[in-house]
Amino acid sequence: MTTEPVDELKPHPETSSLTGTPILEVEDLKMYFPVKSSGFLRRTIGHVQAVDGVSFQVRSGSSLGLVGESGCGKSTTGRLITRLYEPTAGRIEFDGRDIANLSERELHPLRRDIQMIFQDPYTSLNPRHTVGAIVGAPLAIHKVVPKDKILARVQELLEIVGLNPEHYNRYPHEFSGGQRQRIGIARALTLQPKLLVADEPVSALDVSIQAQVVNLLQDLQREFNIAFLFVAHDLAIVRHFCPEIAVMYLGKIVEIGDRETLYARPNHPYTQALLSAVPDVKQAKVGGRRERIRLEGDLPSPINPPSGCRFRTRCPIAQDICARVEPPLLQVGPTHKVACHFPGEVGKHPEKPITPRLLGVDDSGMPDLAAGPATDLPTGPGYSDTWFDLEHNTMGRA
Amino acid sequence: MSDTSTKHDAFLRVEDLRVHFPTADGVVKATDGLSFELARGKTLGIVGESGSGKSVSSSAILGLHRGTRAQVSGQILLEDVDLLQLSDEEMRRRRGLDVAMIFQDPLSAMHPYYTVGNQLVEAYRVHNNVSKKAARTRAIEMLERVGIPQPDRRVDDYPHQFSGGMRQRAMIAMGLINNPGLLIADEPTTALDVTVQAQILDLLQDLQREFNSAIIIITHDLGVVAEMADQVLVMYAGKAVEYGPTKELLVRPEMPYTWGLLSSVPDVTADTDSKLIPIPGNPPSLLNPPSGCAFHPRCPHKDKVPGRLCWTVQPELVPGRQGMGHLKRCHLPDPDQVYALEVLPEFDPELASELAQARIPDPAADAAAGPAAGPAAGTAAGTATPDTADERDAQ
Amino acid sequence: MFAYLVRRIIGGIVLLIVMSLVTFALFFASPVNPADFSCGKNCSPAQKKQTAAALGFDDNFFNQWADFGKGVFVGRDFPDDPKLRETAPETIAHCPAPCLGYSRERTANVTSLIKETLPVSVSLAILAFIIWIVGGVLFGVIAALRRGTIIDRGLVGISLVLYAFPTFFVGLLLYKFVAIKWGWVDIPRYETIADGGITGWASSLILPAITLAVFFMAAYVRMTRAYVIESLSEDYVRTARAKGLPARAVTFKHALRAALTPIVTMAGLDFAGLLGGAIITESVFNYPGLGKLAVQANRDYDLPTLVGLVLLLAAFVIIANIIVDVLYAVIDPRVRLS
Repeated sequence: MTTEPVDELKPHPETSSLTGTPILEVEDLKMYFPVKSSGFLRRTIGHVQAVDGVSFQVRSGSSLGLVGESGCGKSTTGRLITRLYEPTAGRIEFDGRDIANLSERELHPLRRDIQMIFQDPYTSLNPRHTVGAIVGAPLAIHKVVPKDKILARVQELLEIVGLNPEHYNRYPHEFSGGQRQRIGIARALTLQPKLLVADEPVSALDVSIQAQVVNLLQDLQREFNIAFLFVAHDLAIVRHFCPEIAVMYLGKIVEIGDRETLYARPNHPYTQALLSAVPDVKQAKVGGRRERIRLEGDLPSPINPPSGCRFRTRCPIAQDICARVEPPLLQVGPTHKVACHFPGEVGKHPEKPITPRLLGVDDSGMPDLAAGPATDLPTGPGYSDTWFDLEHNTMGRA
Repeated sequence: MSDTSTKHDAFLRVEDLRVHFPTADGVVKATDGLSFELARGKTLGIVGESGSGKSVSSSAILGLHRGTRAQVSGQILLEDVDLLQLSDEEMRRRRGLDVAMIFQDPLSAMHPYYTVGNQLVEAYRVHNNVSKKAARTRAIEMLERVGIPQPDRRVDDYPHQFSGGMRQRAMIAMGLINNPGLLIADEPTTALDVTVQAQILDLLQDLQREFNSAIIIITHDLGVVAEMADQVLVMYAGKAVEYGPTKELLVRPEMPYTWGLLSSVPDVTADTDSKLIPIPGNPPSLLNPPSGCAFHPRCPHKDKVPGRLCWTVQPELVPGRQGMGHLKRCHLPDPDQVYALEVLPEFDPELASELAQARIPDPAADAAAGPAAGPAAGTAAGTATPDTADERDAQ
Repeated sequence: MFAYLVRRIIGGIVLLIVMSLVTFALFFASPVNPADFSCGKNCSPAQKKQTAAALGFDDNFFNQWADFGKGVFVGRDFPDDPKLRETAPETIAHCPAPCLGYSRERTANVTSLIKETLPVSVSLAILAFIIWIVGGVLFGVIAALRRGTIIDRGLVGISLVLYAFPTFFVGLLLYKFVAIKWGWVDIPRYETIADGGITGWASSLILPAITLAVFFMAAYVRMTRAYVIESLSEDYVRTARAKGLPARAVTFKHALRAALTPIVTMAGLDFAGLLGGAIITESVFNYPGLGKLAVQANRDYDLPTLVGLVLLLAAFVIIANIIVDVLYAVIDPRVRLS
């Protein structure tokens, strides 16, 4: 990691990527889309709470993965970062500057630094433009290189993403899906961005091609020190690509942490269910279906999300407190946060909620004067040096 | 898996199926000589990438190419009746009754203008001379069976009012409403989220047990195949390149394309520092398929075959090292060793050593093969071990 | 649904008011003074001014527009100028509500001019509409179902040729050959239903209706063909076949229903446009419809008539738009009106 501060000790190799300087810091980000009534006046009668109070960091040259099922708000989050939407509330600090409420004109120079790769390589390229025009357009718009140098730069970029540089004159339909995704990547790279938001960059591709594109993205990340916000539903690919991963459910982050902890010892029942649902090739040895945590029912409406914990309606371990109080995203390890009243590994969830003392409620979630005032819990992005020790039920320290 | 060798009791038997599409540029051989069979109560997984011919082949079983320019030949024997010899009308009467199909995207596969109930009723009444009311009762019953809450109310909803998972349930209900013996599921969970996918796969298995139907599940996800299928058929460029019992084929694959599929997908437990091993290049053109073995332009192992066999001669689909039930289309003389020594250690070292130990508990062989790769595998291990060790050194 | 309709109707009325303002403003911006036409070639400036006053053109355009608006609701008397009314009471013309203005050139209220000519245009539009919809959709569906065959190519080819022929040419051909040379029908002259009954009415309109329909039909054949081909390749059509439905049910119940939805939209708007008069066809056949009136008004610079016609056509299109949108929601359950 090139941007790592020198005054820190060299940490464990796995967590090293979680200590670089953040290039992107998002705090309490919210995106509410209004829902209009069908009456005569079309009043706003509610909001789709697509993203509701999300905080995270992306470190320079590293990757954060956002996973979750459709409707969890991961794509909306990606679009907020690229400012395709203006957030309802919250802070998006990119390279030391809050870009959450900048105007279109103020954003223009920043568009160079934050680029996006889209899911569908078929619809995201203009079929009437040559590949050279598509990849070169950002250069012309931002006037970074003189006109006569654009072609040379385009060919260089095509070469970098593994396409024949002689093909700059061709049109998108002359390429296969994987090649088109490479064109999309070349376009995103044109301006040497510091952050790439990749929204399901490989899910539209064939299996054998997916690996090619993932490897390409990894090579590019290393070579150009690009930070990634990697939005995907494929848990295995996200784990492969991102040292840190956040799991979203219904507009909120329910668990975030380094990949080793998150995949080996997930503490949130939703993360556990998600991981157990992935079909496993290795099951072929045994035959039949794998043991898994089955989730009942469907995703609740984001217009009227359940009270308290949003996952409680489908949660296998929910109790009364879950309906009354929303669990805070509590740090439970050096690089691990979880939003659950009963955090624990599969089968080891505590009998009693661990949060009441922190929140000033009793075990069923009713306000409890005896429990004293609620503790001020850190809610910002990143990790602190102190965390809640699950084994001793106290705030501990490394 | 004895049902592959005993031909007479097969419920469905496909022999040398070819689906060719004449175009202005030449004949596109979407399916080119496909054979397989399937017993009642069993599941066949057909795996392949887009353009491999997996969907085209299953559409041919349903006779969906009738009335198009496609030229279909071969035999499709369903309980010893050749579906390709039936008249259009006879085939129509069997569609949805004996063979049903569910599709990838249930939103586009259901008609947006008709209620879910309406579409189920239609599917039932085509093959059963009953009143609308009786058909509606049956539709509600099926919706309930596939786990749709309040089926008597939801029956009057339109497809767009259902969630993705509910729509696929409704689609399954429609497919099974006439209790068909064969259900073809074309990428049934690709458009769904993983937790919903798990629900749908559970449902399919429950229903299979209940109705003892044969299922063909078409997918690109080897994980789905591993958990669902009894037999696997891997397709490439319109042909079967590997075919055998799931336990055999996914644990000891013998065809480099199958290896490529396995190694290009990361595992949720794999080492994150290792790179994915993609299959180089792009899927072949079906108009001008490569000479010899269709996979040779992308095959990293073609140099291990003597001469230029891979360039010139199309390999036959023949039994491999693991017996008659496991067929492969490849010239490699010792695929099991290449797999155990070169392929597996790259993407799953754990399984590599485990597999090797299970096969040869011989410490001498262990030492010869070197520590990283684990011991050499293979039935002819005694003579093969020194060779493979040399091969490793050379790399 | 009801709230939606109310909102749309109010929106339509607002749009009409804005359109009338724009129309007035445009006519005012034109370099030609309409008073010149009424007054004649050898007008002195003083006479011109007087004529302008008599016609009400001397007022500023906003006042004129307000007078016009008042006339629509309560009617008005012409000329507006009280002085002129006193000096020349014989020129006073009463224009009852809904008054769309008074045409000096034709010494008639615009409303009554429209009342005379509208039935001709509406009759023509209805008959042409029936011909082109039935023909266009039928041939389009046949072409789509027989895609790639000679029937398909023939239908598409013919419709392309017909589309390429100018309307006046088709009209003249029909007139010359069918009516005059071969005498298959009478020389076309408009007959009302009251005069000639349904058959008389229809046969009096058949040639201009065909002329008008040919152009639209050619376009609809191609459009229908494209939509049907598209919907035949939809997943749900494949599902319908996979269920074992007979081919007829697949085509008509599943494919066509979806394919015809966009055609309904197009047809509604095209029909509304035609209600405002088919200028060329009416001119060729010399039919006293709105189109012919528009041509004449344009020639004479008959401002009040033109304004009235423009607003009438705008109202037709706006109403058709609302109807089409409601219809769309009736056909497609995914569309929710809100």
